[in-house]
Amino acid sequence: MAFATKNRQLLSRIATNDRPGENSPYFEGWKAYDSNPFHPTQNPDGVIQMGLAENQLCFDLIKKWILKNPQASICTAEGVDKFKDISIFQDYHGQKEFREAVAKFMGRVGGNMVTFDPNRIVMSGGATGANETVMFCLADPGDAFLVPSPYYPAFLRDLRWRTGLEIVPVDCNSSNNFRITRAALEEAYERAQRLNINVKGVIIANPSNPLGTTLDRETMRSLVSFINEKNIHLVCDEIYAASVFSSPRFISVAEIIQDMDCNRDLIHIVYSLSKDMGFPGFRVGIVYSFNDLVVHCARKMSSFGLVSSQTQYLLASMLSDEEFVENFLKESSQRLAKRHRVFTHGLEQVGISCLKGNAGLFSWMDMRPLLKEQTVEGEMELWRVIVNEVKLNVSPGSSFQCSEPGWFRVCFANMDDEIVEIALDRIGKFVRQGKEEDVAPKKPKRWQKKLHYLFCCCR
Amino acid sequence: MPLLSRKATCSFHGQDSSYFLGWQEYEKNPYDEVKNPKGIIQMGLAENQLSFDLLESWMAKNPGAAGFERDGQSIFRELALFQDYHGLPAFKKALVDFMAEIRGNKVTFDPNHIVLTAGATSANETLMFCLAEQGDAFLLPTPYYPGFDRDLKWRTGVEIVPIHCTSSNRFQITASALEVAYQQAQKVKLRVKGVLVTNPSNPLGTTMTRDELDLLINFIADKEIHLISDEIYSGTVFSSPAFVSIMEVLKDRNPKNTEVWDRVHVVYSLSKDLGLPGFRVGVIYSNDSIIVAAATKMSSFGLVSSQTQYLLSAMLSDKKFTKEYISKNHKRLQKRQSKLVSGLEKASIGCLKSNAGLFCWVDMRHLLSSNTFEAEMELWKRIVYDVKLNISPGSSCHCTEPGWFRVCFADMSEDTLKLAMQRLKSFVSSTTINNRSHQDLKNSRRKLRTEWVFGLSFLSLNDREPD
Repeated sequence: MAFATKNRQLLSRIATNDRPGENSPYFEGWKAYDSNPFHPTQNPDGVIQMGLAENQLCFDLIKKWILKNPQASICTAEGVDKFKDISIFQDYHGQKEFREAVAKFMGRVGGNMVTFDPNRIVMSGGATGANETVMFCLADPGDAFLVPSPYYPAFLRDLRWRTGLEIVPVDCNSSNNFRITRAALEEAYERAQRLNINVKGVIIANPSNPLGTTLDRETMRSLVSFINEKNIHLVCDEIYAASVFSSPRFISVAEIIQDMDCNRDLIHIVYSLSKDMGFPGFRVGIVYSFNDLVVHCARKMSSFGLVSSQTQYLLASMLSDEEFVENFLKESSQRLAKRHRVFTHGLEQVGISCLKGNAGLFSWMDMRPLLKEQTVEGEMELWRVIVNEVKLNVSPGSSFQCSEPGWFRVCFANMDDEIVEIALDRIGKFVRQGKEEDVAPKKPKRWQKKLHYLFCCCR
Repeated sequence: MPLLSRKATCSFHGQDSSYFLGWQEYEKNPYDEVKNPKGIIQMGLAENQLSFDLLESWMAKNPGAAGFERDGQSIFRELALFQDYHGLPAFKKALVDFMAEIRGNKVTFDPNHIVLTAGATSANETLMFCLAEQGDAFLLPTPYYPGFDRDLKWRTGVEIVPIHCTSSNRFQITASALEVAYQQAQKVKLRVKGVLVTNPSNPLGTTMTRDELDLLINFIADKEIHLISDEIYSGTVFSSPAFVSIMEVLKDRNPKNTEVWDRVHVVYSLSKDLGLPGFRVGVIYSNDSIIVAAATKMSSFGLVSSQTQYLLSAMLSDKKFTKEYISKNHKRLQKRQSKLVSGLEKASIGCLKSNAGLFCWVDMRHLLSSNTFEAEMELWKRIVYDVKLNISPGSSCHCTEPGWFRVCFADMSEDTLKLAMQRLKSFVSSTTINNRSHQDLKNSRRKLRTEWVFGLSFLSLNDREPD
């Protein structure tokens, strides 16, 4: 109807533009999964979800803790006397016990090499809210942040959508295992300058999504000295910090600056419990800044995304239980290591290699040998086969802005062992079939669509 | 190059206003019956603390909802993973039913048109992001909730242009006031994108009349702009007239699928009606599916904890409970409000006749040394620091007339309220008003008496009843 168009003109540009990025063909993968989700008994031929970076390996440990600690819930007989105080608590400083517990947890995750100050802990609506909030504090519309590629696709939404900022990618590639080099940083910075784009900082994810690797000490120091020289900010999204399962160990930027001469007002950390604890539903995001003004401002902004006091209370209790935390982190790490080993070994057996990873809930799979042509189109063609025929929802590297076609992120921690085996089995069959087809006459392809730029909005 | 953003360094967050400063003073010296009996009593916090016993007793009877269980099975894992920005379907269904029940079931809501946000704070900001941008403005009737200066303007760049309302007609919105505000916006080259009202009103504590609502719809239809009705206090209407939602009026006069239908949006929250501000449950309701879609995506920045969604969906689905809660809550609010009103009367202070909310709009104009905002601030400081009551001055709510204060009554025990009223009474009787004779005081009270349509009983200094 005509008035629908008229009414649409009455909305903001933000409401009607494509920056949330969900109008991309990528969602075929999600739709394929949603319309035909795998189930071991009810739908064994369905699509297996390997595009969702969730940690589902340790719920048994958490469930056990919850049953043993009914007082941590304000709704049980043991905890209900706290109900009133907790349910009216909306102070944006957050519950003291919650901040203390989170600070201690972050310290523990950083190998006890750093002590985090509970008074710098600011809540947000998940890391999604935290990243956006930090951008609002540090930059104005039109400013830019440098982001090493490949990067988490939803940064395009979280950093840019409502803030009006721009992203300038820092190119990293397989020639050096996608490490961030000083040269690449300088090149991106200069590129932005030539385009009259005002660079306010660099944002990295450490451990990296989608690479599944931790940044080494040398790279971290180089980053810190780069931003210090340019007098721009460094935001480190450390959401996967506790998902490191083999060496080298995780090194937080907080540890790096301990023995570096740098302006601490430029250093900020984003954290969350969504990956390390497996609680994305609880929306626990944290902004931790060494800059007092940023802490101050982010805290006021946290009014737009406070953590439910019911959740703060539960998690304050859980994360203060040192014995539980110690055991959880150890178990989680072991289970991730095992799952990673099984998965990457299974891939190797069929000739697929991955970037050597030591962290995260996924592997960065090298499917370049399987591409018919080393282009984005070639990558998308392969991807459609994997989703529609092999029935695995994996994430193509182009959706992470990877400059080299042929890389795919595949998640392995959001399923149980049996499904991992089934997934590996399907990949194996596909690869073997592909080798046979190379010998046999080629069949005409059914999907010769022109492919657009893709976007994956899961971590 | 400045290190931080303009947003970080401006004072748009509005937290330098007296509304928040009063809170800070309270925090430095909070009243406690035992530990700090001379401390400041908090009367600036619009919280509903009257009905927790009802919630607690529900919890005791429903351990499953509390303990992450459904039908005896643990659903912890399912909940911990649930981050779908569409929200828990059972929760949305329970919410729309609850919202309808509050409106006497005269309106129904579609769960597919609900967006869950982290409190009404986030809901209002999100709607601004969806409907307006830098250079745009929303018209708001004064006096209004001080937090709007932050929620609507800070990160969005949107401006607020006030629609001036006065005590001459009980602060109701008039057609001419709307028009004046609209013209004012045009004059300063702001593009008006809509009107935002709070109904029931904060800080007035009154529900809007059907005439006002009709007027608003006429206005937005004529100007082709949006209308946001923040109905966060809809469940606190404790006496007549009954609450009339904008959706009810819209339904009665405009058929669906007309332009106006898609431009009316409701904001709601459980922070006031259920007294659960800590749980951060906000709602946007819009008939426009584009707005629902955009707001849903934006809710990623402030989703409601799945743990909380689950608990509340169980609670609000219990219709027996919600019926009992709504009814008892109303009775308790009414009783408490009348205690405040009579306490104020004993201190020779009147207030706007109210039927909703968690506060009264109190008239202290006669206590001002002069009819100015400076005098209002002077009086406010005395009340905070000497009388030790944190109340909110009208200027922080952008009231155009000095001398009005918002005083909350539901965030304390009955005994504390009684003590607050005693302190106020002592203050009034001992205070000497600069440059005003005792006769002036009686004259101004007589004038006020005739101004009140609803005839509040008003005691002069000479014939006060003993406590």
